[in-house]
Amino acid sequence: MSPPPHAVIRLQILSRPELLAPVRSMVLSLSERFGFDEVESGHLALAIDEALANVIRHGYGSSPDGRIWISFHLIDEPAPCFRIEIEDEGKQVDPESIAPRRLEDVRPGGLGVHIMREVTETCAFEPRKPSGMKVILEKSPGESHHDSRPESSRSSDEAGPGPDRSQ
Amino acid sequence: MPRDFPIDVDQNEGGVVVVRPLGEVDLASSPQLRAKLGELIAGNPTRLILDLSQVSYMDSSGVATLVEAMQQCRRNSATLALAALQTRVRSVFEIARLDTVFDIQDDLESALKG
Repeated sequence: MSPPPHAVIRLQILSRPELLAPVRSMVLSLSERFGFDEVESGHLALAIDEALANVIRHGYGSSPDGRIWISFHLIDEPAPCFRIEIEDEGKQVDPESIAPRRLEDVRPGGLGVHIMREVTETCAFEPRKPSGMKVILEKSPGESHHDSRPESSRSSDEAGPGPDRSQ
Repeated sequence: MPRDFPIDVDQNEGGVVVVRPLGEVDLASSPQLRAKLGELIAGNPTRLILDLSQVSYMDSSGVATLVEAMQQCRRNSATLALAALQTRVRSVFEIARLDTVFDIQDDLESALKG
């Protein structure tokens, strides 16, 4: 994956659940200004929220003082796209070991990875140096419905493991 | 410190309990909703109705909370219904393929009749 252009916004937050709502508000405002409709903006905010919740719960084990960086990039070519990178210094896992659970098993939990993959075009995970993980999400305006394609038809990034470190 | 998450509760005749969370259900607020639902289910209602008309956002932790409540209700031979979901909240249930698992009613009146 090629390096993205410079971030238009870069935030640092602590791993505290009460900070998720203000981040969502900022994402909604920012994405609507960059051409996403209401549904798309909501899905983007949801994907980022799930990624951050995952870092808080599994990366930092709900400790409130872990650092999380969120950077927003605007990509023009080959098509307009919003790219979000979320980095942390928490528990590092092999991305290959992570996968969303089967939805047929109706039980609490384990839905975050599935949701992130459904509402974005790219959802990729990689270890971060020297510690922690990096989550990469990409979404373009004009993708107002969540992806109903079977998983077998998606790109390697999309079909790649999610960040739910509890899996 | 996280703020208290407001949750209204109406105890109706016949053991029907209507729960009305007010605000956004996310990782910060879902533990409070989970605790309240657990407390209410322990009181052995016949039917639990979640009026979600005032819930503008729900993430997977909120959905997990409701799945757990549904399973607790089933164990107690009670029914659980969700009512008046806003578009964004309903979308999360659809993405999670749970819109056919839950009893989802368009409005509270329909849920009370059920």
